[in-house]
Amino acid sequence: MTTRFTKDHEWVRLEGDIAVIGITQYATEQLGDVISVELPDVGKSYKKGDEIAVVDSVKTAAEVYAPVSGEVIEINDGIEDAPQTVNDEPLGGGWFAKLKITDKSELDGLMDDAAYAQHIA
Amino acid sequence: MADTADLLKTPLYDLHVELGARMVEFAGYAMPVQYPAGIMTEHLHTRESAGLFDVSHMGQARVTGDESALEALITADLSALGAGEQKYTLLLNAEGGIMDDLMVSRPFGADGGIFAVVNAGTKGKDFAHMRAAFGGKAQLHELSDRALLALQGPKAADVFTGLVPDAAKLVFMQAGVFTLDGVEIYASRSGYTGEDGFEISVPADEAAHIARLLLADERVKPIGLGARDSLRLEAGLCLYGHDMDEDRTPVEASLTWAIAKVRRERADFPGAAKILKQIADGAGQKRVGIKPHDKSPAREGAEIVHEGEVVGVVTSGGFGPSYGAPVAMGYVRADLAKPGTPLELMVRGKARTAEVASLPFAPHRFHRG
Repeated sequence: MTTRFTKDHEWVRLEGDIAVIGITQYATEQLGDVISVELPDVGKSYKKGDEIAVVDSVKTAAEVYAPVSGEVIEINDGIEDAPQTVNDEPLGGGWFAKLKITDKSELDGLMDDAAYAQHIA
Repeated sequence: MADTADLLKTPLYDLHVELGARMVEFAGYAMPVQYPAGIMTEHLHTRESAGLFDVSHMGQARVTGDESALEALITADLSALGAGEQKYTLLLNAEGGIMDDLMVSRPFGADGGIFAVVNAGTKGKDFAHMRAAFGGKAQLHELSDRALLALQGPKAADVFTGLVPDAAKLVFMQAGVFTLDGVEIYASRSGYTGEDGFEISVPADEAAHIARLLLADERVKPIGLGARDSLRLEAGLCLYGHDMDEDRTPVEASLTWAIAKVRRERADFPGAAKILKQIADGAGQKRVGIKPHDKSPAREGAEIVHEGEVVGVVTSGGFGPSYGAPVAMGYVRADLAKPGTPLELMVRGKARTAEVASLPFAPHRFHRG
């Protein structure tokens, strides 16, 4: 399954009806060392563009916006204990949350790999 | 990378770029906020080994002539500042507000005048204020042809005295003139990290050469402004314009110790009436260390709440890599300044518990001899 990107540097990967979300490598490079992550509560629903998480790095705090609408069904609480994972594996073990996606067509407005590479160039 | 084309550059600009630094604007200068290692690694390296900082953006000046003209503007007792000694002092306005904090020293011997190092963002204003107040009695010579390096950390002394054997005689807050690879330098045993180390004034055209000599030692890594900030915050040291400014007095800023005893007795420093009254009766607010209880740092500007009432504001806040948790400083109502006092910090609209903490967060490890 392909990964899509927002202009605010979140990524989303669809696995069936489930959207896995996180922040991009570029985002982690801009933030520097991540020192804490505040994740949403399981069971809570978000609309595309809502603030869903907050990342604190040694430099700054950054809001993470829901790239698609949906209900949180799982969070990666491992990154609350080991926030460095977000820097080490932003598109892998550093994922933030899984959402039960409301409307798959929301993905159409997001960027693919090539478009995102151009966006950050 | 931020657009740094219109900014002032220190003599080490090309070296920073070569080392892969991320350059940002600070006080009108293009400065390295971090190198590829990152703030966390740079911070920990400084505490474990030795870090090299470019602080050439700071203002350096030599004051000669009637020193009482300088003394009248600051809180130090210059008659007690012996040859080879250094003091931390404060430049005050007529109301006792802090215009700047600065280091004064006598590296040039008993009759060579005072060497002063002031903050980058305030240097133009400071020097204009001094010149106007001196009225020709004393002379201020701005040393804009010199760069300033800081070498900090537990291995700084081994590294530095390997190149400058004579500097081994310096203990914390002493200064002198030395030769490093044939170059005349002014060095003091001091810094802004809480660690042992040196601040090294060098001719601008020799700065890159000397920086490369220091970096050639594998114990030394370049450190950016990001780690400089987290190091000084853990050490409980104030950042001018954040933890103090012209609206704060030394008493409010918990810097009363920087007012020399004899100056208090003579009541002859700017704003003395107000400040001596605060020393006697207490000030309304006080700068304290703050330990947030959760993992999210409270940043500058976060409101401080106690029993439902706003009682102050965070003036510096972030993560302390050596402390292993968020750290902050801020101003609170003076009756709440005792360590352990429970507070709440407003972070992103939510109240988070915290407490007043004694400073520093990381123990000072100065070489006191």
